[in-house]
Amino acid sequence: MSASTPKQGRPDAAAEDVRTLEATPSCSATRVVERDAEPAGPAGNPRNEGASGHKSGGRAAADVAARIIMWGAFVLAVIPLVWILWSVVSNGLELVGSPRWWSDDAAGTSARRPGGGALHAIVGTLEMAAVTALIAVPIGVLTAVYLVEYGRGRLARLVSFMVDILTGVPSIVAGLFIYAFWVTTLGGQRIPFAATLSLVLLMIPVVVRSTEEMLKLVPNELREASFALGVPKWKTIVQVVLPTAFSGIVTGILLGLARVMGETAPLIILAPYTKYLQGDLFANLMATLPTMINDNRTEVTQAAIDRAWAASLTLILIILAFNLVGRLIARTSKVKA
Amino acid sequence: MAKRIDVQDLDIYYGKFKAVEGVSMRIEPRSVTAFIGPSGCGKSTVLRTLNRMHEVIPGASVDGQVLLDDKDLYAKDMDPVAVRRTIGMVFQRPNPFPTMSIFDNVAAGLRLNGVKNRKVLSETVERSLKGANLWNEVKDRLDKPGAGLSGGQQQRLCIARAIAVSPEVLLMDEPCSALDPISTLAIEDLIHEIKEKYTIVIVTHNMQQAARVSDRTAFFNLAATGKPGKLIEIDDTQKMFNRPSEKATEDYISGRFG
Repeated sequence: MSASTPKQGRPDAAAEDVRTLEATPSCSATRVVERDAEPAGPAGNPRNEGASGHKSGGRAAADVAARIIMWGAFVLAVIPLVWILWSVVSNGLELVGSPRWWSDDAAGTSARRPGGGALHAIVGTLEMAAVTALIAVPIGVLTAVYLVEYGRGRLARLVSFMVDILTGVPSIVAGLFIYAFWVTTLGGQRIPFAATLSLVLLMIPVVVRSTEEMLKLVPNELREASFALGVPKWKTIVQVVLPTAFSGIVTGILLGLARVMGETAPLIILAPYTKYLQGDLFANLMATLPTMINDNRTEVTQAAIDRAWAASLTLILIILAFNLVGRLIARTSKVKA
Repeated sequence: MAKRIDVQDLDIYYGKFKAVEGVSMRIEPRSVTAFIGPSGCGKSTVLRTLNRMHEVIPGASVDGQVLLDDKDLYAKDMDPVAVRRTIGMVFQRPNPFPTMSIFDNVAAGLRLNGVKNRKVLSETVERSLKGANLWNEVKDRLDKPGAGLSGGQQQRLCIARAIAVSPEVLLMDEPCSALDPISTLAIEDLIHEIKEKYTIVIVTHNMQQAARVSDRTAFFNLAATGKPGKLIEIDDTQKMFNRPSEKATEDYISGRFG
């Protein structure tokens, strides 16, 4: 990527960004560099000249306008992010910083009695996330493998269409669907496990789509190389394709997990909140961070509001931790250049 | 090792489109046969039908016979996976497995087919790397990633990987087109050495290369775009380059094409 002549600040950097964006879908990283190094150089050059003053009036104006729009959009996007982060951290830090927060449940707290812990909600959220992943990841990854490696014709199109539909299902609809299925039709209880099923519905499409994209990025040449060695197709997928796409698949799974850990609607419908530590997915009540936030939000006292902020911060921290772990796992990926 | 291939009246299709028509040829064992011809004339397509790699592409099909020492590769009870174990292939772009070390790349064919014995594996890896003239360059870093080698080394690694499963025939699809002249020379030398043991078929766009490495040359051409490609003639390389029987061949080889 360093084919172009001396870097002259922004324009060149922007050009590089564009190149990486264009390059990403085509192939694995190493190949992209090889393939694009040649044409990219000359393409970058005119902009370099532009930066040193040989630009015609119209293009200069367009350049300035585009830059203002780009930076404006960027700032607009960042403001709410920083704002949210700041509010959550500043309001939640005090409680999250107390050791009780991580070791106790909320027993004995009330709208007027401040403090308390979030262990019950943390345990609930992690437990539900784990079970959701346990069910959704195999289904999602295998569906993606089917779509990319095997799927042809009408069935594949149908599956792909269904995944699209599932992507667009609002979480409350997923919750109500499981309610209709589990409680109304099967006559079951409102239990955390049913809530987990609705989270599975929400997670599957995310896993399928991201895994699908990653599998498509695996160069066909690797599959052919493996076939040409007399390796059967299933072994090629298990031993060559999936390991090559491993880090991307992990990232996709974590994105999906992050999404479902923040879901609230299905939990309100199917897993009512409790202040007590309760780890049985088949019992009646179970606390999770989103429902804890929701429960405290409905009170108007400072004590409850503090707990809602702290629970929000906790949820963000947990998702952040998941992402960091995911990065570490992805870094152990065996793809080496 | 090294078997003869007989192609009889082969038509090759992509979906309904007939890409290649009426190819019949005999490929002799322990020799190098070069396929030459303009782009799109079906050389690579024919090559890929010789180890049933063609049918990996959705919708692709074949009509006719390919015999490996009188065994029909397209017989009903013939397993394409078994065919590919017997007939190895080297591709245009070096394609080592990016997740695997140099050692694992060469061992991949055996390992993925269930060989676990470490001694067998390391012997095979050493023999194959020596066979591909790569051993001396990589013997101290067998555990390093295969994708970290230079392009020419990667291609020799791919050749080592292909010969590690002891095929009878080795197909090469423009193996030098992504390489510099030095690496190309290394591969050509290698082809000279290993043709004692294998039947080699090589597709090339480089006429000099065909003249240098091959014993026999097959010239493919197509009447017009959209028409199927055809085998124009196949003969000893000497004769093809000096006095070919067909005028089209002479025109192509001497650069008076069109």
